[in-house]
Amino acid sequence: MDISFIDKRLEGIYSKVLNKSRLSKEDGIYIYETHDLIGLGQVANHVRRSLHGNKAFYIYNQHLNYTNVCKNRCRFCAYARDRKEKGAYTWSIEEIEKRLLERIDEPVNELHIVGGLNEDLSFDYFIDLLKTVKKVRPNATIKAFTSVEIDYLSTLAGLSIEQTIQQLKQAGLEMMPGGGAEILNSRIHKELFPRKIGHERWLEIVKAVHKAGIKTNATMLYGHIETIEERVDHLITLRQLQDETHGFSAFIPLAFHSENTKLAHIPPTTAVDDLKNVAAARLLLDNFDHIKAYWVMIGEKLAQVALSFGADDLDGTIIEERITHMAGAKSAKGLTKEQMEEMITKAGFEPVERDSFYNSINSS
Amino acid sequence: MDKLHKIIEKINVNERIDINEGLKLFRQADFLTLASLANRKRFYYHPDKIVTYVVDRNINYTNICASGCRFCAFFVTHDMGQGYIISKQDLFDKIQETLRLGGTQILLQGGMHPHLDLDYYIDLLTYIKENFDIHIHGFSPPEIDFIAKKSSLSIEKTLSILKKAGLSSIPGGGAEILCDEIRQKVSPNKCSSEEWLEVMRQAHMQGMRSSATMMFGHIEKDFHIFEHMDKLRNLQDETHGFTAFIPWTFQPDNTKILVNKKTAVEYLRVLAMSRLFFDNIDNIQASWVTQGDKIAQTALFFGANDMGSTMIEENVVASAGVDFMLSKEEVTRLITKAGFEPCQRDCYYNLL
Repeated sequence: MDISFIDKRLEGIYSKVLNKSRLSKEDGIYIYETHDLIGLGQVANHVRRSLHGNKAFYIYNQHLNYTNVCKNRCRFCAYARDRKEKGAYTWSIEEIEKRLLERIDEPVNELHIVGGLNEDLSFDYFIDLLKTVKKVRPNATIKAFTSVEIDYLSTLAGLSIEQTIQQLKQAGLEMMPGGGAEILNSRIHKELFPRKIGHERWLEIVKAVHKAGIKTNATMLYGHIETIEERVDHLITLRQLQDETHGFSAFIPLAFHSENTKLAHIPPTTAVDDLKNVAAARLLLDNFDHIKAYWVMIGEKLAQVALSFGADDLDGTIIEERITHMAGAKSAKGLTKEQMEEMITKAGFEPVERDSFYNSINSS
Repeated sequence: MDKLHKIIEKINVNERIDINEGLKLFRQADFLTLASLANRKRFYYHPDKIVTYVVDRNINYTNICASGCRFCAFFVTHDMGQGYIISKQDLFDKIQETLRLGGTQILLQGGMHPHLDLDYYIDLLTYIKENFDIHIHGFSPPEIDFIAKKSSLSIEKTLSILKKAGLSSIPGGGAEILCDEIRQKVSPNKCSSEEWLEVMRQAHMQGMRSSATMMFGHIEKDFHIFEHMDKLRNLQDETHGFTAFIPWTFQPDNTKILVNKKTAVEYLRVLAMSRLFFDNIDNIQASWVTQGDKIAQTALFFGANDMGSTMIEENVVASAGVDFMLSKEEVTRLITKAGFEPCQRDCYYNLL
């Protein structure tokens, strides 16, 4: 396809893409610097379409955030509470069962389960949690726990990472989300989330999880104090690990929301930055199958636009998103299947309802 | 060469495209192809990386309206008892605040109030002009048409009286879709499309500039959008009085038309087509009021070169359940972050 770029420097990147040669760090930085948003979008769209044609994926899912009590208290988080703090909550296994049963008539295909590091919970709680979910929803995939939680659970259990993963897997864990990566960089780690595991540990755990045959996603929290170079390094680090394990399924750029956090002075990300992050991910992560436009964070409208800037997946219907909304997200808390399909169709794509592993679900 | 390619060629050599060509491109071209064409056209008309905005306030002098349009969530009828006519004190305070916040104009619109006559409007304009040095952008064509009919005066005479009393320019509202088969269904009591265009023709001939709008996403079909733009383009060939075109999407909450809201991609496609279709209207305005800050910023790459007003106050769209707010600081931040240079402008798109 011919693209007439306003920014001629993108021609070099496009010809690399056409020759299937890997983009360099400098290319990555330039992707963020260019003001030719449409030219960049066209290059990313070319890659997206050569991988997925006209398809755009979504999943019918449910989020379960089992507790907001967290000992890490990262500076960018509006969701966490201390044990005794007002608004702190932890769901009992019975409550989790109740929440699942409330929506048992809906065709939920995936349960996305993440929570804080709550010192009142034992390892048994997590095993019970997984078993209960599997009992109530035997046909839905359990996608649960970030590397941060896995690290914490291994200490709770007094087991190695490998043993911890095995136990969780036996109890029903089938996939892992990509959270907790933030920016894989020690400067950001020190400034924003010093009590959370650092990037070496995050990568080590993901590697172990992939080795155990469990697929994970990967994320990047952008729009706080990170530099463009740090974003590109983050993406390249993920690309290297993917070369080694091939265990990543999708990459999800996460737009930082500052309201009610200790970084409330930082203004929200703008659309151009959101779209560039989608395009940059699509172009740099040449060994990732899927790039998500997470509508909760960038809004439904821009997520729809992002389908033409490199994204092939709108994530899920969700219902009751909690974490980003605590930080002032203006998006809906959930979307219906019809809304998802309409967004995709009206953007000129073919909606494909998928399961956790991107198999199409032919529900009538 | 296929037909679509021929249309694109025409655009590339800056030839005018007709309704059918526009429609074909709109229906068949890929989203980013439209964006790329519109973006290049935008830089053809405005080579500088400047994006303009105006600081003003919407003042709705009344919410009582005899028109009863089916798409409107703002109006009340005279009998409902929740109506208001703005007091002089409120008007004074609102304008004073506008000037204090760096505003240069007010957008003064009604309600087509059944009991107000020409003297009321003359008094309103005179009062403002006696107290303030501010540009009055006021009375959309349906209001002018309504006032003229009520006073048994010609459009020409009505406009010259209002102009003399202080009216400087006319907003392009009330155009909705300029096809009578649509107007009869969504706004049967409002002026016809020919009457709307006639008010603008007369205003332009008297030296008053105006904007032009289009509200789409209700019951119209895609060809109505192009008929609408074609009528505006023809009038512009005649008068050169339009400063800008502003398409925006119908907001269905609290109205009598039950449809799904147009999505962002559909809005951006229409916006891009407007930049490609109007070879004689200088400016295309993004609608953050209906689209929100993210899509308004994205629109700067789909043909728009103006962010509209910071709107210290907006009531009409807010009544239909949409209340995006943008401060001057936020508007300039969005423009800068998109790689453009923000510039405050006046009603005539002169940089301030």
